Amino acid sequence: MTLAATVGSLTTGTTHLTTGTTDLATGTTNLVTRTTNLVTGTAHLAAESRGFLSPTGVEIAFLLVGLVTFGAAVITVTTRQLVHAALWLVVALGGLAVEYLLLTAEFIAWVQVLIYVGSVVVLLLFGLMLTRAPIGRSPDADSGNRPVALAVAVVAAAALVWVVVDAFRTTWIDLDGAPAGSTEVTGASLFQHWVLPFEALSVLLLAALVGAIVLSRKAKAEARPEADAAATAPASTAPDTPGGTDTRRDTEGAR
Amino acid sequence: MHLAYPAVLSALLFCTGLYGVLARRNAILVLMSVELMLNAVNLNLVAFDVWLSRTAEETLHSGQALTLFTIAIAAAEIGIGLAIVLAVYRNRGTSDIDKLRDTAEGHDPDHPDGDATDSDASATKAAAEKAEATA
Repeated sequence: MTLAATVGSLTTGTTHLTTGTTDLATGTTNLVTRTTNLVTGTAHLAAESRGFLSPTGVEIAFLLVGLVTFGAAVITVTTRQLVHAALWLVVALGGLAVEYLLLTAEFIAWVQVLIYVGSVVVLLLFGLMLTRAPIGRSPDADSGNRPVALAVAVVAAAALVWVVVDAFRTTWIDLDGAPAGSTEVTGASLFQHWVLPFEALSVLLLAALVGAIVLSRKAKAEARPEADAAATAPASTAPDTPGGTDTRRDTEGAR
Repeated sequence: MHLAYPAVLSALLFCTGLYGVLARRNAILVLMSVELMLNAVNLNLVAFDVWLSRTAEETLHSGQALTLFTIAIAAAEIGIGLAIVLAVYRNRGTSDIDKLRDTAEGHDPDHPDGDATDSDASATKAAAEKAEATA
């Protein structure tokens, strides 16, 4: 009987001991959790204070390409040689494509290269040549309200940069892991959630195509009688009108 | 990457395009500046889409879809815009938007700055008539 009581008390003591160990283990776990929290907090703090003074490699690449892009854009809007403006626009748009790649939006980057660098700039060059833009420096590329434009642009840039930096100073884009804009991801979201706008967009593109052709053809039909009637009209515009229209239409067809 | 980098670059590009639209005289250069502004908006959309798809687990990818739509609309816009510019050039002989002031308020239509080519044409016509008369 006493043996049983002794065994019972022993068992109880063991249970207490076990409980104590469990408590200790829990305490250790709590401590570990707290330490983890502390580490996480430190990491979070590091991410927040992951300053602009210690940029990552991606940020350095983004900054360099961004400088090139911005410089090309500034030259585009300030150069006096019209064809050079279009060529610098190629540099700016290509730099933006590289920025999309750095932001892991691959599909957008290739679409940018295809559509902007491939077709829009070619269309702009066609337009420049069809309107007989001077090849050399043209002194009247800028209009008279240039100081006002400069003031407006600088004020807008200062306000926008201030607001944006103030709002997103600590926001961090996590670029690790699977790319956010691979063809698979973009295609899935485009054809699952955005099918209706996509189809509407195709109709809009068709309308734009037809509209461009109509604009070109109507002017051509009217240009003939004018050219016959007004023989004293500026001789430079009349002869190249059919050729210009044909080239224009070919360009549109190629698009 | 800090979100501030693409946002600041986008703001700067937008203001560059704004300057170009306001300061340029040739219509095609104005169209180029409009392209710059559209691209600035695209960069903003892509950056915020990447950020939101990671942070907020957003799976719609609305930013990238909107970027694709903007690119397509920009292509349509440049096509129509160039067609209009070419039509204006064919009719007026110039693509300077400073000279296209027919709908300006309180503007004298016979002003030499307003339609220089018309006055040039009438001047040459008058000169031709004068030459015929003297002959």
